[in-house]
Amino acid sequence: MKKNPLSLQLNTDDFLPASEEEKQSLIIMRESVSFWKDSMRRLLKNKVAMVSLFFIILIMFFSFIVPSFYPYSYSQQQKGAENLFPMTYSKAEMERMEAGEKVFPHFLGTDKLGRDYAVRVMVGSRISLTVGLVAAVIILVIGSLYGSIAAFFGGWVDIIMMRIVDIIYTIPDVLLIVLLSFALKEPLNKLSERASFRWIGVVGPNLVSIFIVFALLYWVGMARIVRSQVLVLRESEYVTAARALGAGNGRIIRKHLLTNCIGTLIVTTTLQIPSSIFTESYLSFLGLGVAVPLPSLGSLASTAINGMATYPYLLIAPSVLISLIILSFNLFGDGLRDAFDPKMKK
Amino acid sequence: MTRYIIKRLLMAILTVFIVATLTFFLMNAVPGGPYEAEKAISPQARAALEAKFGLDQPLFKQYLTYMKNILHGDFGPSLKQRGREVIDIIMSKFPVSAKIGGIAVMVAMLVGIPVGCIAALNRGKFSDSAIIVIATIGIAVPSFVVCSLSMYFFGVKLKWLPTVGLTTWKHYIMPVFALSFYPTAYIVRLMRSSMLDVLGQDYMRTARAKGVSWFVSLFKHALRNAILPIITYVGPMTAYTLTGSFIVEKVFTIPGLGGEFVSSITNRDYMMIMGTTIFLATLMVFINFLVDVVYKIIDPRINLS
Repeated sequence: MKKNPLSLQLNTDDFLPASEEEKQSLIIMRESVSFWKDSMRRLLKNKVAMVSLFFIILIMFFSFIVPSFYPYSYSQQQKGAENLFPMTYSKAEMERMEAGEKVFPHFLGTDKLGRDYAVRVMVGSRISLTVGLVAAVIILVIGSLYGSIAAFFGGWVDIIMMRIVDIIYTIPDVLLIVLLSFALKEPLNKLSERASFRWIGVVGPNLVSIFIVFALLYWVGMARIVRSQVLVLRESEYVTAARALGAGNGRIIRKHLLTNCIGTLIVTTTLQIPSSIFTESYLSFLGLGVAVPLPSLGSLASTAINGMATYPYLLIAPSVLISLIILSFNLFGDGLRDAFDPKMKK
Repeated sequence: MTRYIIKRLLMAILTVFIVATLTFFLMNAVPGGPYEAEKAISPQARAALEAKFGLDQPLFKQYLTYMKNILHGDFGPSLKQRGREVIDIIMSKFPVSAKIGGIAVMVAMLVGIPVGCIAALNRGKFSDSAIIVIATIGIAVPSFVVCSLSMYFFGVKLKWLPTVGLTTWKHYIMPVFALSFYPTAYIVRLMRSSMLDVLGQDYMRTARAKGVSWFVSLFKHALRNAILPIITYVGPMTAYTLTGSFIVEKVFTIPGLGGEFVSSITNRDYMMIMGTTIFLATLMVFINFLVDVVYKIIDPRINLS
């Protein structure tokens, strides 16, 4: 149809139904990337974090799974096999080998009581990892509950709760940890003799006292972070928008507060693991950690110091391993932070 | 400002009070009195000892007496080192720890700040990556590992440095190294990120555009602003060097307060444990208080409360 250029008449071609081709072009090409997918993609791309994760999994495999089928146990003392150098055998073992038996080698030798050192180091790192993981969960639960309660109620409750946090924060932690683990040792020993508290004896009173110490002192950092996060989120526009659209409290907490907090929670928890491991090894080194015969990387290193001129590997093995564990968790935590919260990246 | 200082001071005093109370009741909650580990003593002698130290009185009364004495600087007698007052032991041992700690803090600052700056100025280059890698590893290595491994390599293997005691300057090298290891690594990282932050600021470009030389802009504009976060770290760092000395002094057998604290725990010297804890806690809390106030004076933008 010919059209007068000055006419205001609409072009009827514009109102024809769209062809299949045009419809196709309007369909969104890619599915929208969710928060999780996006973060995971960033995390998987981070080589350092992936290598750290690999190391963490490897160390976990060696400390949780390998000792269960390892031919030696951490407390088993072999007479005549004291102070063996790595890959050497005791007289009795040599005789057995000559008789055609296969003897599992002592990769790291034995200690002065004739216990296989490799399995002791593995069990020691199991203790360290357990402490780190359990402490992180305890801190996560207490800290996030405390922080969100403070932020949720606000006003006087918030002020009082945060003052308590401030005070705990200024208390020199290592000092109090040393003191607490010393003071809790005996009562827990007593308690474990009662029938309903038998489990303390199984876990080990010292380990329990370390957990109590972490539960009492270390959650404050988490509580502060969660509180500030919830406070910011509560006031944010999209929460107001959701409320205006008629969303209830439950939906806002589930869909907006929790999902936006979860990145921070994961990152803070992961970074809490190495610092708990750090503290545990510190206490064990001072002789306040887990009790004999259970080994911990800290106590292994502490015992090895006396004989380090002759048996340096007894010292080097646990030292290197604990550094590696802490390093891996630190780097993995950093990677998680970069993945979940790119704004925080420096 | 005055209000802020008073508020912080009250908080600090409250914290010290809580720590002292907590310490007292914790020590008294430990079953078995201070004389339990001793050889069997007759009930009469025991009663006499308890009367002498006021242990026969109700707990709350003991608490009041103890708190009153602390205010006068009297931490009671040591239970294991006969005839010595806890405060005397602390006063004779603390200077040793303070000296090593002080040197370590200075080393950490003198090494950490320039190295962090160098890394920031060479961002992305090889030297930067090398510094980051070393600093990242430095943060992950526990102090007992640094202590024992340096003792093994430099003391036992190479025999360069003495491993026990504290008589010549050579004796100071390893303890100071071990004690300043973590803070140095931490400061390097802190300094680098803060320096990078400042270098990207508009006022840096303005200064350069005005014709200020690179050197002057670096020292007058960048460093001054970038160093602020380091000051906040001084408080925790002092706490770290004081408590880190537990391990360092144990490994290198240095006659300082940290080693004394550890041995008082193994000896169950209750008075000594209480005294040392309260003394160190007070020290740390007040250093933190001072740092906060100084920070507030230097940088009025910061609202710490």
